[in-house]
Amino acid sequence: MTDPAAYGADTSIVVDHVSKDFTLRYHRTAKQMAVAMVKGRDISDTFSALDDVTFTVEQGESIGLMGLNGSGKSTLLKLINGVMKPDTGTVLTRGRIAGLIATGAGFHPQLTGRENVYLNAAILGMTEAETQRKFDSIVEFADIGRFLETPVGNYSSGMFARLGFAVAIHVDSDIFLADEVLAVGDRPFKRKCMEKMQEIRDSGRTLVYVSHAAGSVRKMCDRVIVLEKGRVGFDGPVDEGIRYVKYDEDNIKPEDQEDDELGSDV
Amino acid sequence: MTEAGRHRLVDAPLAPPAPAAGLLDVLGRRYLLKLLVRREISARYQGSFLGFIWSYINPLSQLFIFWFVFGYIIGRGTVDKYAVHVFCGLIVVHFFTETFNAGTRSIVRNKALVRKMAMPKEMFPVASMLVSLYHVGPQLVILTVVCLFCGWVPDPLGMLAFALALAIIAVLGTALALMFSAANVFFRDFASAVTILTNFVRFGVPMIYPYTLVDQRFGRFAELYLFNPIADAVLLVQRAFWVGSTDDPDATIAEQIPDDLLVYGVGALLGSIVLLGVAQLVFTRLENKIPERLS
Ligand SMILES: Nc1ncnc2c1ncn2[C@@H]1O[C@H](COP(=O)(O)OP(=O)(O)OP(=O)(O)O)[C@@H](O)[C@H]1O
Ligand SMILES: [Mg+2]
Repeated sequence: MTDPAAYGADTSIVVDHVSKDFTLRYHRTAKQMAVAMVKGRDISDTFSALDDVTFTVEQGESIGLMGLNGSGKSTLLKLINGVMKPDTGTVLTRGRIAGLIATGAGFHPQLTGRENVYLNAAILGMTEAETQRKFDSIVEFADIGRFLETPVGNYSSGMFARLGFAVAIHVDSDIFLADEVLAVGDRPFKRKCMEKMQEIRDSGRTLVYVSHAAGSVRKMCDRVIVLEKGRVGFDGPVDEGIRYVKYDEDNIKPEDQEDDELGSDV
Repeated sequence: MTEAGRHRLVDAPLAPPAPAAGLLDVLGRRYLLKLLVRREISARYQGSFLGFIWSYINPLSQLFIFWFVFGYIIGRGTVDKYAVHVFCGLIVVHFFTETFNAGTRSIVRNKALVRKMAMPKEMFPVASMLVSLYHVGPQLVILTVVCLFCGWVPDPLGMLAFALALAIIAVLGTALALMFSAANVFFRDFASAVTILTNFVRFGVPMIYPYTLVDQRFGRFAELYLFNPIADAVLLVQRAFWVGSTDDPDATIAEQIPDDLLVYGVGALLGSIVLLGVAQLVFTRLENKIPERLS
């Protein structure tokens, strides 16, 4: 077990020898399983999503977490925000955590936007008074108009992300996790998000930013961690990290610069 | 931006981010619990014109059916105020089966939240129990009105018996809901099995038939029947409401209520509390795999 006392007062996130396996189930029903067993096929298999990952983050650092699809970035964020626990190893965090994982917030599809704002805020640890105080500001940021009163199940993926992001940034958190937040937003919203995240970073909160867009990572982060098939492949300065994942291979024309910074698809 | 400008001192310990105290965490997050309960209640009558009135119509119609079919047509009403006798049982059975059924499905139903947000997952079965408890309210109103009509006057011991009955079902229902809500994530078969299981509950309690029947048929073994906490709870509610509604309460107590009912009741509550502890242990063991199995 990792001893929290072994770390300084400024340590924000500790990920110590963390591994996480998933069980891949090929068959779900009794019939399918029986058939598979008769034919001698595997019923299930384990898959190592994170393999002995170790790093620490100081308070106020902003980390760019990069890696190919399926390399374990979202899984790592789920361990950091406490949705999942590691199979082995230890995750420690200091203070309140907010953010978005795998683009969407944890919203209940049958509830309206308004109800979800309250519920989501409560799960993130906000009190009723705090939510009421910030409600107008949340709604203004999300800017989804009348849809606030309709079930979020009917939202477009952009609207869904906007509302989720709006709630997350209004939590008075010490650690902010942003997993591909810009992937589905339109251009004005992307710009607004970038500004907000820079504000978050400049206020001294720890930021973990997952993105495939090299430009936005360069703009936002002061350290890059690259995951490769669940292992830490690189941990260090931003430019080297981006070179490591080879995202800036194709030369970006100056007029594309802003697109890239706003995290448009690579 | 200088490093100094960014500095922020966080006055919190370095700790694992996942909630780990189970039901105790739930107690600490009452505002969230309130929101979950409130939304369940409003969801039930969403898009319905009569809305909350259904909470009254439903038990009333049941009361009427039992009175009419058993008490009137079949002539099964061997006991005084048979409809009240049945209704006392119905309240307990409903509370239990609703908690067990809805609680078992609760985590899967809220998978959108469980997959992405860190929160004590015990929250959901507990909320299901509280929603079911909330629906006891309208039934209790109807029962009280009918009983007052029959000349019932509340007595302290009876009210104690009623509170004990509710406590037994609340704890027992939460324990079972907790265990099965986790199991249901791995195999949805559990929800179906629980539905069938709860269909039998009404026959294992002295609701449709009076307790004397058990006493006569099984003699000494009637004691075993009283090891069923739900049967104890039904008898406790009957002690609270039905006994006082009959023409001769003293005779009813002597004839229909087991002598040591309160002792059995307290035993049932203690047993349920132990089961809740076991359920928490089982839940904690299964919990780690819940988020990844919900996709
Ligand atoms: N619940 C699950 N059950 C089984 N396998 C899973 C589960 N969740 C994730 N995985 C697997 O773990 C691996 C890592 O997934 P993860 O979502 O962390 O990737 P990622 O780095 O976020 O990818 P992307 O860039 O596409 O978002 C993937 O191969 C995925 O299939
Ligand atoms: Mg991802």
